[in-house]
Amino acid sequence: MGNVFPAEFAALEPFADWAVPGERARYAKRVSSTMKELQAFYDVAFPLLEQSTEYLENVSLDGIGEEDKHLLWAFCALVTVAFPVEAWGQPRVPDSGPSSIDAVVEPAV
Amino acid sequence: MAYFPKPSEGSWTEHFKIDTGPVSYADSISPDFYELERDAIFRRTWLNVGRVEQLPRKGSYFTKELDAARASVVVVRGTDGEVRAFHNVCRHRGNKLVWDDYPREETKGTCRAFTCKYHAWRYDLEGKLTFVQQESEFFDVDKSEYGLLQVHTEVWEGFIFVNLDPENTTPLKDYLGKFGQGIEGYPFHKLTQVHKYRAEIGSNWKLFIDAFAEFYHAPILHGGQYEAGEAARIKKYGYEALSYDIDGPHSMVSSWGGIAPPKEKAMVKPIERALRSGLFGPWDAPDVGLTTEQLPPAVNPTRSKVWGMDSFVFFPNFMLLIWRPNWVLTYHYWPTSYNTHIFEGTCYFVPPQNAFQRIQQELAVVSFKEYGLQDGNTLEATQTMLESRTVDQFPLCDQEVLLRHLHSTAQGYVREHQQRRSAAPAS
Repeated sequence: MGNVFPAEFAALEPFADWAVPGERARYAKRVSSTMKELQAFYDVAFPLLEQSTEYLENVSLDGIGEEDKHLLWAFCALVTVAFPVEAWGQPRVPDSGPSSIDAVVEPAV
Repeated sequence: MAYFPKPSEGSWTEHFKIDTGPVSYADSISPDFYELERDAIFRRTWLNVGRVEQLPRKGSYFTKELDAARASVVVVRGTDGEVRAFHNVCRHRGNKLVWDDYPREETKGTCRAFTCKYHAWRYDLEGKLTFVQQESEFFDVDKSEYGLLQVHTEVWEGFIFVNLDPENTTPLKDYLGKFGQGIEGYPFHKLTQVHKYRAEIGSNWKLFIDAFAEFYHAPILHGGQYEAGEAARIKKYGYEALSYDIDGPHSMVSSWGGIAPPKEKAMVKPIERALRSGLFGPWDAPDVGLTTEQLPPAVNPTRSKVWGMDSFVFFPNFMLLIWRPNWVLTYHYWPTSYNTHIFEGTCYFVPPQNAFQRIQQELAVVSFKEYGLQDGNTLEATQTMLESRTVDQFPLCDQEVLLRHLHSTAQGYVREHQQRRSAAPAS
Protein backbone atom coordinates (compact mmCIF):
# COMPACT_ATOMS: atom_id res chain seq x y z
CA MET A 1 0.00 0.00 0.00
CA GLY A 2 1.47 3.36 -1.01
CA ASN A 3 2.00 6.34 1.23
CA VAL A 4 -0.33 9.34 1.24
CA PHE A 5 2.42 11.96 1.64
CA PRO A 6 5.89 12.34 0.09
CA ALA A 7 8.44 10.09 1.81
CA GLU A 8 10.05 13.03 3.68
CA PHE A 9 6.74 13.53 5.50
CA ALA A 10 6.24 9.97 6.74
CA ALA A 11 5.61 11.32 10.26
CA LEU A 12 2.33 12.76 8.96
CA GLU A 13 0.98 9.41 7.77
CA PRO A 14 -1.04 8.75 10.98
CA PHE A 15 -2.82 12.05 10.27
CA ALA A 16 -3.64 11.32 6.63
CA ASP A 17 -7.33 11.95 7.37
CA TRP A 18 -6.47 15.66 7.63
CA ALA A 19 -5.48 15.75 3.93
CA VAL A 20 -8.92 17.06 3.03
CA PRO A 21 -9.67 19.08 -0.15
CA GLY A 22 -11.64 22.27 0.46
CA GLU A 23 -11.63 24.78 3.33
CA ARG A 24 -15.27 24.06 4.07
CA ALA A 25 -14.54 20.38 4.74
CA ARG A 26 -11.36 21.14 6.68
CA TYR A 27 -13.26 23.58 8.89
CA ALA A 28 -16.04 21.02 9.46
CA LYS A 29 -13.44 18.48 10.56
CA ARG A 30 -11.87 20.99 12.94
CA VAL A 31 -15.11 21.97 14.69
CA SER A 32 -16.11 18.32 15.09
CA SER A 33 -12.74 17.41 16.66
CA THR A 34 -11.69 17.61 20.32
CA MET A 35 -8.88 19.91 21.42
CA LYS A 36 -6.87 16.77 22.20
CA GLU A 37 -7.20 15.61 18.59
CA LEU A 38 -6.35 19.06 17.22
CA GLN A 39 -3.30 19.33 19.50
CA ALA A 40 -2.04 15.87 18.45
CA PHE A 41 -2.18 16.81 14.76
CA TYR A 42 -0.65 20.24 15.39
CA ASP A 43 2.23 18.82 17.46
CA VAL A 44 3.34 16.64 14.57
CA ALA A 45 2.45 18.86 11.62
CA PHE A 46 3.65 22.26 12.84
CA PRO A 47 7.36 21.38 13.25
CA LEU A 48 7.22 19.80 9.78
CA LEU A 49 5.76 22.97 8.29
CA GLU A 50 8.45 25.08 9.96
CA GLN A 51 11.17 22.95 8.36
CA SER A 52 9.54 22.72 4.93
CA THR A 53 9.45 26.23 3.49
CA GLU A 54 12.05 25.39 0.89
CA TYR A 55 10.43 22.06 0.00
CA LEU A 56 7.04 23.71 -0.47
CA GLU A 57 8.49 26.57 -2.50
CA ASN A 58 9.80 23.98 -4.93
CA VAL A 59 6.38 22.36 -5.38
CA SER A 60 4.86 24.01 -8.44
CA LEU A 61 1.06 24.10 -8.47
CA ASP A 62 1.07 23.38 -12.20
CA GLY A 63 0.88 19.63 -12.51
CA ILE A 64 1.27 19.07 -8.75
CA GLY A 65 1.57 15.35 -7.90
CA GLU A 66 -0.92 13.45 -5.75
CA GLU A 67 1.39 13.16 -2.73
CA ASP A 68 2.29 16.83 -2.77
CA LYS A 69 -1.38 17.69 -3.19
CA HIS A 70 -2.16 15.70 -0.04
CA LEU A 71 0.66 17.49 1.76
CA LEU A 72 -0.70 20.87 0.65
CA TRP A 73 -4.18 20.01 1.94
CA ALA A 74 -2.79 18.73 5.26
CA PHE A 75 -0.87 21.98 5.77
CA CYS A 76 -3.99 23.95 4.83
CA ALA A 77 -5.75 21.92 7.55
CA LEU A 78 -2.91 22.83 9.92
CA VAL A 79 -3.62 26.51 9.15
CA THR A 80 -7.21 26.19 10.32
CA VAL A 81 -6.22 24.00 13.30
CA ALA A 82 -3.55 26.48 14.43
CA PHE A 83 -6.19 29.03 15.50
CA PRO A 84 -7.74 26.90 18.29
CA VAL A 85 -4.37 25.47 19.35
CA GLU A 86 -2.37 28.71 19.40
CA ALA A 87 -5.00 31.20 20.50
CA TRP A 88 -8.40 30.07 21.76
CA GLY A 89 -8.14 26.64 23.46
CA GLN A 90 -11.44 25.66 21.82
CA PRO A 91 -12.34 24.46 18.32
CA ARG A 92 -14.59 27.45 17.51
CA VAL A 93 -13.57 31.09 17.59
CA PRO A 94 -14.87 32.77 20.81
CA ASP A 95 -18.20 34.60 20.57
CA SER A 96 -19.12 33.09 17.23
CA GLY A 97 -21.99 30.95 18.61
CA PRO A 98 -23.88 29.17 15.85
CA SER A 99 -22.84 31.57 13.08
CA SER A 100 -21.24 30.24 9.93
CA ILE A 101 -19.43 31.68 6.94
CA ASP A 102 -19.12 29.16 4.14
CA ALA A 103 -16.67 28.92 1.28
CA VAL A 104 -18.60 29.05 -2.01
CA VAL A 105 -15.70 29.57 -4.43
CA GLU A 106 -12.26 28.05 -3.83
CA PRO A 107 -9.19 27.34 -5.95
CA ALA A 108 -9.16 23.94 -7.65
CA VAL A 109 -6.14 22.89 -5.57
CA MET B 1 -3.40 60.87 22.65
CA ALA B 2 -3.20 61.32 18.91
CA TYR B 3 -0.81 59.25 16.81
CA PHE B 4 -1.90 60.61 13.45
CA PRO B 5 -2.90 64.19 12.62
CA LYS B 6 -6.56 65.19 12.32
CA PRO B 7 -8.05 68.02 10.24
CA SER B 8 -7.84 71.58 11.59
CA GLU B 9 -11.44 71.43 12.84
CA GLY B 10 -10.16 69.05 15.51
CA SER B 11 -12.07 65.96 14.33
CA TRP B 12 -12.91 64.10 11.13
CA THR B 13 -16.61 64.24 11.93
CA GLU B 14 -16.67 68.05 12.21
CA HIS B 15 -14.35 68.33 9.19
CA PHE B 16 -16.98 66.55 7.07
CA LYS B 17 -19.72 68.72 8.65
CA ILE B 18 -21.49 65.71 10.09
CA ASP B 19 -23.55 66.10 13.26
CA THR B 20 -21.70 64.87 16.36
CA GLY B 21 -24.80 64.15 18.48
CA PRO B 22 -25.99 60.68 19.44
CA VAL B 23 -27.63 58.56 16.69
CA SER B 24 -30.79 56.48 16.96
CA TYR B 25 -30.47 53.47 14.60
CA ALA B 26 -34.22 53.66 13.97
CA ASP B 27 -33.24 53.20 10.30
CA SER B 28 -31.98 49.67 11.07
CA ILE B 29 -34.89 48.20 13.02
CA SER B 30 -37.91 49.28 11.01
CA PRO B 31 -39.64 47.07 8.41
CA ASP B 32 -41.29 50.22 7.00
CA PHE B 33 -37.99 52.01 6.55
CA TYR B 34 -36.53 48.95 4.85
CA GLU B 35 -39.42 48.87 2.35
CA LEU B 36 -38.57 52.48 1.48
CA GLU B 37 -34.87 51.66 1.14
CA ARG B 38 -35.68 48.95 -1.40
CA ASP B 39 -37.14 51.46 -3.84
CA ALA B 40 -35.10 54.50 -2.85
CA ILE B 41 -31.70 52.81 -2.80
CA PHE B 42 -31.54 49.31 -4.25
CA ARG B 43 -33.72 50.02 -7.29
CA ARG B 44 -31.95 53.30 -8.02
CA THR B 45 -28.19 52.97 -7.47
CA TRP B 46 -25.39 51.14 -9.24
CA LEU B 47 -24.92 47.69 -7.65
CA ASN B 48 -21.79 45.59 -8.13
CA VAL B 49 -22.86 42.06 -9.08
CA GLY B 50 -19.54 40.45 -10.00
CA ARG B 51 -16.35 40.62 -12.03
CA VAL B 52 -15.56 40.11 -15.69
CA GLU B 53 -13.44 37.03 -14.91
CA GLN B 54 -16.72 35.26 -14.03
CA LEU B 55 -17.65 35.58 -17.73
CA PRO B 56 -14.55 34.18 -19.46
CA ARG B 57 -16.20 33.27 -22.80
CA LYS B 58 -19.00 34.27 -25.16
CA GLY B 59 -22.10 32.70 -23.63
CA SER B 60 -20.73 32.64 -20.06
CA TYR B 61 -23.42 33.77 -17.66
CA PHE B 62 -24.34 33.99 -13.99
CA THR B 63 -27.50 34.98 -12.17
CA LYS B 64 -27.68 37.37 -9.25
CA GLU B 65 -30.55 37.51 -6.79
CA LEU B 66 -31.31 41.09 -5.79
CA ASP B 67 -34.01 40.49 -3.23
CA ALA B 68 -33.81 44.05 -1.87
CA ALA B 69 -34.56 45.35 -5.37
CA ARG B 70 -37.26 42.71 -5.93
CA ALA B 71 -35.28 41.43 -8.90
CA SER B 72 -33.16 38.64 -10.27
CA VAL B 73 -30.79 39.40 -13.12
CA VAL B 74 -28.88 37.23 -15.54
CA VAL B 75 -25.49 38.66 -16.51
CA VAL B 76 -24.05 37.33 -19.77
CA ARG B 77 -21.23 37.86 -22.23
CA GLY B 78 -22.78 38.16 -25.68
CA THR B 79 -21.52 36.82 -29.00
CA ASP B 80 -20.06 40.31 -29.55
CA GLY B 81 -18.07 39.99 -26.30
CA GLU B 82 -20.15 42.68 -24.52
CA VAL B 83 -21.34 42.13 -20.95
CA ARG B 84 -25.09 42.69 -20.55
CA ALA B 85 -27.64 42.06 -17.83
CA PHE B 86 -31.30 41.21 -18.24
CA HIS B 87 -34.20 40.80 -15.88
CA ASN B 88 -34.38 37.05 -15.32
CA VAL B 89 -38.01 36.85 -16.45
CA CYS B 90 -39.52 35.03 -19.44
CA ARG B 91 -41.77 37.34 -21.45
CA HIS B 92 -44.39 34.64 -22.04
CA ARG B 93 -45.79 33.87 -18.58
CA GLY B 94 -43.29 35.46 -16.21
CA ASN B 95 -41.39 32.34 -15.21
CA LYS B 96 -37.89 32.82 -13.90
CA LEU B 97 -35.81 32.14 -17.01
CA VAL B 98 -32.46 30.87 -15.68
CA TRP B 99 -32.24 28.67 -12.59
CA ASP B 100 -31.22 25.15 -11.59
CA ASP B 101 -33.23 22.95 -9.25
CA TYR B 102 -33.84 25.73 -6.70
CA PRO B 103 -35.55 28.85 -8.09
CA ARG B 104 -34.16 31.10 -5.34
CA GLU B 105 -30.54 30.01 -5.70
CA GLU B 106 -27.99 31.66 -7.96
CA THR B 107 -26.46 29.70 -10.83
CA LYS B 108 -23.84 30.06 -13.54
CA GLY B 109 -22.72 28.36 -16.72
CA THR B 110 -22.17 28.72 -20.44
CA CYS B 111 -24.83 28.50 -23.14
CA ARG B 112 -25.70 29.54 -26.69
CA ALA B 113 -29.22 30.69 -25.83
CA PHE B 114 -31.56 30.87 -22.83
CA THR B 115 -34.51 28.52 -23.05
CA CYS B 116 -37.38 28.81 -20.59
CA LYS B 117 -38.07 25.59 -18.70
CA TYR B 118 -41.82 26.20 -18.93
CA HIS B 119 -42.74 26.43 -22.64
CA ALA B 120 -39.34 26.57 -24.33
CA TRP B 121 -39.41 30.21 -25.38
CA ARG B 122 -35.85 30.93 -26.40
CA TYR B 123 -33.71 34.09 -26.22
CA ASP B 124 -30.28 34.74 -27.73
CA LEU B 125 -27.33 36.07 -25.72
CA GLU B 126 -28.31 39.63 -26.65
CA GLY B 127 -31.78 39.09 -25.17
CA LYS B 128 -33.71 38.80 -28.47
CA LEU B 129 -36.65 36.38 -28.52
CA THR B 130 -35.73 33.85 -31.22
CA PHE B 131 -38.17 30.99 -30.77
CA VAL B 132 -41.80 30.63 -29.70
CA GLN B 133 -43.17 27.14 -29.24
CA GLN B 134 -46.22 26.63 -31.54
CA GLU B 135 -45.92 30.21 -32.69
CA SER B 136 -48.94 29.92 -35.00
CA GLU B 137 -51.22 29.43 -31.97
CA PHE B 138 -50.50 32.98 -30.81
CA PHE B 139 -52.34 36.13 -31.75
CA ASP B 140 -50.06 38.38 -33.80
CA VAL B 141 -47.11 38.18 -31.42
CA ASP B 142 -44.24 40.22 -32.85
CA LYS B 143 -41.13 38.50 -31.50
CA SER B 144 -39.11 41.72 -31.75
CA GLU B 145 -41.33 43.22 -29.04
CA TYR B 146 -40.80 40.39 -26.59
CA GLY B 147 -37.09 40.36 -25.94
CA LEU B 148 -35.69 40.12 -22.41
CA LEU B 149 -35.84 43.36 -20.46
CA GLN B 150 -32.36 44.79 -20.39
CA VAL B 151 -30.86 46.34 -17.28
CA HIS B 152 -28.29 49.18 -17.37
CA THR B 153 -24.91 47.45 -17.14
CA GLU B 154 -21.46 49.01 -16.99
CA VAL B 155 -18.01 47.74 -16.10
CA TRP B 156 -15.47 49.64 -13.98
CA GLU B 157 -11.97 48.16 -13.63
CA GLY B 158 -13.39 44.69 -14.27
CA PHE B 159 -16.22 45.06 -11.73
CA ILE B 160 -19.66 44.58 -13.32
CA PHE B 161 -22.40 46.91 -12.07
CA VAL B 162 -26.12 47.00 -12.82
CA ASN B 163 -28.64 49.76 -12.25
CA LEU B 164 -32.31 48.72 -12.13
CA ASP B 165 -33.67 52.23 -12.56
CA PRO B 166 -34.86 52.45 -16.18
CA GLU B 167 -34.64 56.24 -15.90
CA ASN B 168 -31.09 56.30 -14.58
CA THR B 169 -28.90 58.72 -16.51
CA THR B 170 -25.81 58.75 -14.28
CA PRO B 171 -22.92 56.85 -15.89
CA LEU B 172 -21.21 54.40 -13.53
CA LYS B 173 -17.94 56.35 -13.59
CA ASP B 174 -19.71 59.52 -12.48
CA TYR B 175 -21.52 57.62 -9.76
CA LEU B 176 -18.29 56.13 -8.37
CA GLY B 177 -16.86 59.65 -8.18
CA LYS B 178 -13.38 60.59 -7.12
CA PHE B 179 -12.62 57.32 -5.33
CA GLY B 180 -13.52 55.32 -8.43
CA GLN B 181 -11.41 57.61 -10.60
CA GLY B 182 -8.53 57.58 -8.13
CA ILE B 183 -8.41 53.77 -7.96
CA GLU B 184 -8.37 53.32 -11.75
CA GLY B 185 -5.22 51.57 -12.91
CA TYR B 186 -4.99 49.30 -9.90
CA PRO B 187 -3.99 45.87 -11.31
CA PHE B 188 -7.21 44.03 -10.34
CA HIS B 189 -6.90 41.89 -13.48
CA LYS B 190 -3.75 40.29 -12.06
CA LEU B 191 -5.53 39.14 -8.88
CA THR B 192 -7.38 36.15 -10.30
CA GLN B 193 -6.97 33.62 -7.48
CA VAL B 194 -10.39 33.80 -5.80
CA HIS B 195 -11.72 32.57 -2.45
CA LYS B 196 -15.35 33.56 -1.89
CA TYR B 197 -17.38 33.21 1.31
CA ARG B 198 -21.07 33.63 2.01
CA ALA B 199 -23.05 33.94 5.23
CA GLU B 200 -26.60 34.61 6.30
CA ILE B 201 -26.45 37.36 8.91
CA GLY B 202 -29.18 38.22 11.41
CA SER B 203 -28.85 41.97 11.21
CA ASN B 204 -29.77 44.98 9.13
CA TRP B 205 -27.37 45.35 6.19
CA LYS B 206 -26.08 48.72 7.38
CA LEU B 207 -24.95 47.33 10.72
CA PHE B 208 -22.44 45.00 9.07
CA ILE B 209 -21.06 47.84 6.96
CA ASP B 210 -20.77 49.76 10.24
CA ALA B 211 -18.75 46.88 11.70
CA PHE B 212 -16.28 46.93 8.82
CA ALA B 213 -16.18 50.72 8.41
CA GLU B 214 -14.59 51.23 11.82
CA PHE B 215 -11.60 49.49 13.37
CA TYR B 216 -12.24 50.96 16.85
CA HIS B 217 -13.67 47.50 17.73
CA ALA B 218 -10.71 45.46 16.52
CA PRO B 219 -8.45 45.52 19.62
CA ILE B 220 -11.42 44.50 21.79
CA LEU B 221 -13.73 42.10 19.91
CA HIS B 222 -10.81 40.36 18.23
CA GLY B 223 -8.40 40.60 21.22
CA GLY B 224 -8.39 36.82 21.60
CA GLN B 225 -6.98 36.42 18.10
CA TYR B 226 -3.60 37.89 19.08
CA GLU B 227 -0.71 36.72 21.24
CA ALA B 228 -1.59 37.67 24.85
CA GLY B 229 1.13 40.34 25.26
CA GLU B 230 0.32 41.80 21.87
CA ALA B 231 -3.42 41.85 22.66
CA ALA B 232 -2.77 43.97 25.77
CA ARG B 233 -0.51 46.32 23.83
CA ILE B 234 -3.03 46.77 21.01
CA LYS B 235 -5.84 47.38 23.50
CA LYS B 236 -3.82 50.09 25.25
CA TYR B 237 -2.94 51.66 21.92
CA GLY B 238 -6.55 51.59 20.69
CA TYR B 239 -7.19 52.47 17.06
CA GLU B 240 -6.67 55.56 14.96
CA ALA B 241 -6.97 55.76 11.19
CA LEU B 242 -4.41 57.49 9.02
CA SER B 243 -7.24 59.39 7.34
CA TYR B 244 -10.91 59.33 6.37
CA ASP B 245 -12.54 60.76 3.28
CA ILE B 246 -16.05 61.21 1.97
CA ASP B 247 -17.26 61.80 -1.59
CA GLY B 248 -21.01 62.05 -2.07
CA PRO B 249 -22.56 58.79 -0.86
CA HIS B 250 -19.20 57.00 -0.76
CA SER B 251 -16.49 57.00 1.88
CA MET B 252 -13.11 55.54 2.73
CA VAL B 253 -10.72 54.94 5.61
CA SER B 254 -6.99 54.61 5.20
CA SER B 255 -5.27 52.52 7.84
CA TRP B 256 -1.77 51.91 9.10
CA GLY B 257 0.07 48.67 8.58
CA GLY B 258 -0.49 46.40 11.53
CA ILE B 259 1.32 43.15 11.13
CA ALA B 260 2.74 42.74 7.64
CA PRO B 261 5.55 42.09 8.44
CA PRO B 262 5.75 42.58 12.22
CA LYS B 263 8.49 44.62 13.89
CA GLU B 264 9.11 41.78 16.32
CA LYS B 265 8.42 38.15 15.56
CA ALA B 266 7.07 37.65 19.11
CA MET B 267 4.08 39.84 18.18
CA VAL B 268 2.54 37.17 16.00
CA LYS B 269 1.34 33.61 16.41
CA PRO B 270 3.66 30.69 15.53
CA ILE B 271 1.67 29.79 12.38
CA GLU B 272 2.04 33.38 11.16
CA ARG B 273 5.78 33.30 11.83
CA ALA B 274 6.16 29.99 10.01
CA LEU B 275 4.13 31.10 6.98
CA ARG B 276 5.02 34.82 6.94
CA SER B 277 1.34 35.61 6.52
CA GLY B 278 -1.76 36.53 8.49
CA LEU B 279 -4.92 38.64 8.49
CA PHE B 280 -3.12 41.39 6.59
CA GLY B 281 -2.08 38.94 3.88
CA PRO B 282 1.19 37.25 2.95
CA TRP B 283 3.98 39.55 4.16
CA ASP B 284 5.95 39.31 0.93
CA ALA B 285 4.00 41.21 -1.69
CA PRO B 286 3.90 39.55 -5.12
CA ASP B 287 4.92 41.59 -8.15
CA VAL B 288 1.93 43.33 -9.72
CA GLY B 289 3.92 45.68 -11.92
CA LEU B 290 3.57 48.63 -9.50
CA THR B 291 5.46 49.49 -6.33
CA THR B 292 3.55 50.71 -3.26
CA GLU B 293 4.62 54.26 -4.19
CA GLN B 294 3.27 53.82 -7.74
CA LEU B 295 -0.25 52.78 -6.66
CA PRO B 296 -3.07 54.98 -8.02
CA PRO B 297 -3.60 58.22 -6.04
CA ALA B 298 -6.76 57.21 -4.15
CA VAL B 299 -4.87 54.26 -2.66
CA ASN B 300 -2.83 55.27 0.42
CA PRO B 301 -4.03 58.87 -0.18
CA THR B 302 -1.76 60.36 2.53
CA ARG B 303 1.22 58.49 1.01
CA SER B 304 2.04 57.34 4.55
CA LYS B 305 5.12 55.18 5.06
CA VAL B 306 3.23 53.04 7.59
CA TRP B 307 0.19 52.52 5.34
CA GLY B 308 -1.33 49.04 5.47
CA MET B 309 -4.80 49.04 3.93
CA ASP B 310 -7.57 51.19 2.48
CA SER B 311 -11.22 50.37 2.85
CA PHE B 312 -13.65 52.00 0.40
CA VAL B 313 -17.42 51.98 0.96
CA PHE B 314 -19.18 52.37 -2.39
CA PHE B 315 -22.79 53.11 -1.53
CA PRO B 316 -24.91 51.25 -0.98
CA ASN B 317 -23.42 47.82 -0.37
CA PHE B 318 -19.99 47.30 -1.97
CA MET B 319 -16.80 47.54 0.04
CA LEU B 320 -13.36 47.31 -1.53
CA LEU B 321 -10.31 46.71 0.65
CA ILE B 322 -6.89 47.18 -0.91
CA TRP B 323 -4.05 45.76 1.17
CA ARG B 324 -0.42 46.81 1.02
CA PRO B 325 0.87 43.29 0.16
CA ASN B 326 -0.98 43.47 -3.19
CA TRP B 327 -4.22 41.68 -2.52
CA VAL B 328 -7.85 42.74 -2.41
CA LEU B 329 -10.90 41.84 -0.38
CA THR B 330 -14.45 42.79 -1.33
CA TYR B 331 -17.57 42.74 0.83
CA HIS B 332 -21.15 42.77 -0.38
CA TYR B 333 -24.24 43.04 1.80
CA TRP B 334 -27.48 41.89 0.15
CA PRO B 335 -30.53 42.65 2.31
CA THR B 336 -33.23 40.00 2.55
CA SER B 337 -35.38 41.79 5.16
CA TYR B 338 -35.02 44.71 7.58
CA ASN B 339 -33.07 42.48 10.00
CA THR B 340 -31.39 39.89 7.76
CA HIS B 341 -28.94 39.98 4.89
CA ILE B 342 -26.55 37.83 2.91
CA PHE B 343 -22.92 38.73 3.38
CA GLU B 344 -20.32 37.89 0.73
CA GLY B 345 -16.59 38.24 1.31
CA THR B 346 -14.24 37.59 -1.60
CA CYS B 347 -10.43 37.46 -1.45
CA TYR B 348 -8.44 38.15 -4.63
CA PHE B 349 -4.75 37.21 -4.85
CA VAL B 350 -2.07 36.93 -7.51
CA PRO B 351 -2.22 33.21 -8.41
CA PRO B 352 0.31 31.35 -6.23
CA GLN B 353 3.32 29.91 -8.05
CA ASN B 354 4.05 27.18 -5.53
CA ALA B 355 2.60 25.27 -2.59
CA PHE B 356 4.12 27.59 0.02
CA GLN B 357 2.44 30.67 -1.48
CA ARG B 358 -0.83 28.75 -1.67
CA ILE B 359 -0.66 28.00 2.08
CA GLN B 360 0.30 31.62 2.85
CA GLN B 361 -2.88 32.73 1.07
CA GLU B 362 -4.92 30.09 2.92
CA LEU B 363 -3.84 31.65 6.23
CA ALA B 364 -4.96 35.12 5.12
CA VAL B 365 -8.32 33.74 3.92
CA VAL B 366 -8.98 31.67 7.04
CA SER B 367 -8.01 34.64 9.26
CA PHE B 368 -10.56 36.81 7.45
CA LYS B 369 -13.18 34.13 8.01
CA GLU B 370 -12.48 33.71 11.74
CA TYR B 371 -12.65 37.46 12.36
CA GLY B 372 -15.80 37.60 10.26
CA LEU B 373 -17.46 34.90 12.36
CA GLN B 374 -16.96 37.03 15.47
CA ASP B 375 -18.26 40.12 13.68
CA GLY B 376 -21.32 38.35 12.23
CA ASN B 377 -22.42 36.84 15.52
CA THR B 378 -21.95 40.12 17.39
CA LEU B 379 -24.24 41.81 14.86
CA GLU B 380 -27.10 39.54 15.75
CA ALA B 381 -26.59 40.53 19.41
CA THR B 382 -26.66 44.19 18.39
CA GLN B 383 -29.74 43.83 16.18
CA THR B 384 -31.87 42.14 18.85
CA MET B 385 -31.04 44.78 21.45
CA LEU B 386 -31.63 47.67 19.06
CA GLU B 387 -34.99 46.12 18.24
CA SER B 388 -35.85 45.99 21.94
CA ARG B 389 -35.83 49.81 21.78
CA THR B 390 -34.59 49.87 25.37
CA VAL B 391 -32.07 52.53 24.35
CA ASP B 392 -32.44 54.73 21.29
CA GLN B 393 -29.62 57.25 21.55
CA PHE B 394 -26.07 56.11 20.89
CA PRO B 395 -22.92 58.23 21.03
CA LEU B 396 -20.41 57.55 18.22
CA CYS B 397 -16.76 58.53 18.38
CA ASP B 398 -14.64 60.21 15.72
CA GLN B 399 -13.24 56.85 14.54
CA GLU B 400 -16.87 55.91 13.74
CA VAL B 401 -17.41 58.84 11.38
CA LEU B 402 -18.13 56.63 8.36
CA LEU B 403 -21.07 55.04 10.23
CA ARG B 404 -22.71 58.40 10.70
CA HIS B 405 -22.14 59.12 7.02
CA LEU B 406 -23.59 55.79 5.86
CA HIS B 407 -26.77 56.10 7.90
CA SER B 408 -27.34 59.75 7.02
CA THR B 409 -26.78 58.89 3.33
CA ALA B 410 -29.36 56.08 3.44
CA GLN B 411 -31.81 58.39 5.20
CA GLY B 412 -31.16 61.08 2.59
CA TYR B 413 -31.94 58.69 -0.29
CA VAL B 414 -35.18 57.66 1.41
CA ARG B 415 -36.16 61.28 2.10
CA GLU B 416 -35.54 62.30 -1.51
CA HIS B 417 -37.48 59.30 -2.76
CA GLN B 418 -40.46 60.24 -0.61
CA GLN B 419 -40.31 63.82 -1.85
CA ARG B 420 -40.20 62.63 -5.48
CA ARG B 421 -43.16 60.37 -4.88
CA SER B 422 -45.28 63.03 -3.21
CA ALA B 423 -44.37 65.52 -5.95
CA ALA B 424 -45.28 63.13 -8.77
CA PRO B 425 -48.71 63.69 -10.30
CA ALA B 426 -51.23 61.02 -9.32
CA SER B 427 -51.54 58.48 -12.09
